[in-house]
Amino acid sequence: MSGTTLGLLYLIAAVCFILALKGLSSPRTARNGNLLGAAGAVLATVTVLTTKGLHHRELILIAIAVGTVAGVVAARRVQMTQMPQLVALFNGVGGGAAALVALLELHEIVAFDKGADAPTFTLVATAFTILVGTVSFAGSMVTFAKLQELMTTRPVTFPALPVLFAGSFLGGIALSVVLVANVSLWVGVVIAVVGLGLGVLLVLPVGGADVPIVISLLNAFTGLSVAAGGYVLGNTLLLIAGTLVGASGTFLTRLMASAMGRSLANILFGALKGGSTLGGGEVSDRPVRSGGPEDVAILLEYANRVIIVPGYGLAVAQAQHTLRELVDELTAKGIEVDYAIHPVAGRMPGHMNVLLAEAQVPYEQLKEMDDINPQFKQADVVLVVGANDVVNPAAKTTPGAPIYGMPILAADEAKQIIFLKRSMRPGFAGIENELLFDPKTTLLFGDAKDSLSKVLSAVKAL
Amino acid sequence: MSESDLIWLTIFVLSVFVGVEVISKVSSTLHTPLMSGANAIHGIILVGAVLVTGTSDSTAATVVGLIAIVLATINMVGGFVVTDRMLQMFTGRKKEPRG
Repeated sequence: MSGTTLGLLYLIAAVCFILALKGLSSPRTARNGNLLGAAGAVLATVTVLTTKGLHHRELILIAIAVGTVAGVVAARRVQMTQMPQLVALFNGVGGGAAALVALLELHEIVAFDKGADAPTFTLVATAFTILVGTVSFAGSMVTFAKLQELMTTRPVTFPALPVLFAGSFLGGIALSVVLVANVSLWVGVVIAVVGLGLGVLLVLPVGGADVPIVISLLNAFTGLSVAAGGYVLGNTLLLIAGTLVGASGTFLTRLMASAMGRSLANILFGALKGGSTLGGGEVSDRPVRSGGPEDVAILLEYANRVIIVPGYGLAVAQAQHTLRELVDELTAKGIEVDYAIHPVAGRMPGHMNVLLAEAQVPYEQLKEMDDINPQFKQADVVLVVGANDVVNPAAKTTPGAPIYGMPILAADEAKQIIFLKRSMRPGFAGIENELLFDPKTTLLFGDAKDSLSKVLSAVKAL
Repeated sequence: MSESDLIWLTIFVLSVFVGVEVISKVSSTLHTPLMSGANAIHGIILVGAVLVTGTSDSTAATVVGLIAIVLATINMVGGFVVTDRMLQMFTGRKKEPRG
């Protein structure tokens, strides 16, 4: 295949990616958009495999087969609740691959004339790919550990962290300058090590609730790293695809941050300023009013208007289906029921929509925050299932709270509030919720699925 | 900066604008699938991994290249499959009689 043909096929793949992103931003075209992206990726892969003079073709095919099996199995097996971690993991390995590609290219540059003729720009781009790729890899792995709760979800800081972070950052830049002046593979390897450290330091101080935004940011990082790698290899497809993801990822990160009422700087470095220290995670022993399933059933039965606030706890308990049955039962009794979906309910923006869609909750019942918030005043009962931070009034009333400034669902304005909770443990942000102690509030303790099925049978019995 | 670098820069700048423009109207419902889909797209580093592995001269370089290929493929294939799984639920819902 000639160079021109290769270039044209890459161009087609690039167009597929642009249309894929376009498609993914609208509900009706999303699935086709994704498939089109996959088609572009397959086209590009087949194209590169036909490149003239490619060695180790069998080994390459085997490696692709291994990666395909691993990717498909992971993607098929994962529970929808664990999806954010999986996306973080996929992002991380992509960043790692980009860094390895840049290191190998550096190895070739060194082998060829000791890199004497290598253009400055190429070396700068190589250093950038290695640094950003490794930051993305290490950062994603820490993100994964936080979401999988392999480590604490609370911000981790220590006094030397800002100094270490600034030092590694400047060190990374200095090493890149060294690489340009004195081309050597070892400098590249040291850059990679610095990048790994930088990635860990970047994500450690980020609190659990903000981790999803970091995934999106690291996603953009990997994109930029791939783009720079494309420049190094002289491959336009990598440049275009990487830049597309870098730009749209950065934009998406800002959209998500503003949905939470936070700035990106605050999310990344807020904990360093001591802003997030309020999240003590302690359990208070103040009195609360708890009730049984029958009490909850009666409250629901006498309501005309019920709003459900689902949270991550619902998904963990796999209680979506039971909740839907309860809502069906209430609707059949003429009670108006809606779901209030906070933009960051679950562990990622839009995550709750995915989870409820899985339980076949009709789309019309899912209300976005801005649409439902004025309606809480008219609601007789708000049923909060496994959610906490998204209805915590501290976001409005307590400056200095980790979630201060985040728009919340106005559950406190309803006439009655019912919380289904496992325990008095605080939410993901690690702060106490005043609403639990409100006189209007009734708590039903227990596993969400268990509680819901008890409430369901109590409602049926009434 | 050489003349060919200027072409690269042009492609880069235009791609930035396209990247922002195509997703500027996304609803928050689709943030997660969009992130996941974009994540799959940068798995295209696979093309780069294949190119460097295919020209590697030492065993060590080949091994590193093959690792890069496996990682990039996981990113790309896994990313598209998991995105499709999410979106399947969104579209499947419409066909449900109770929807």
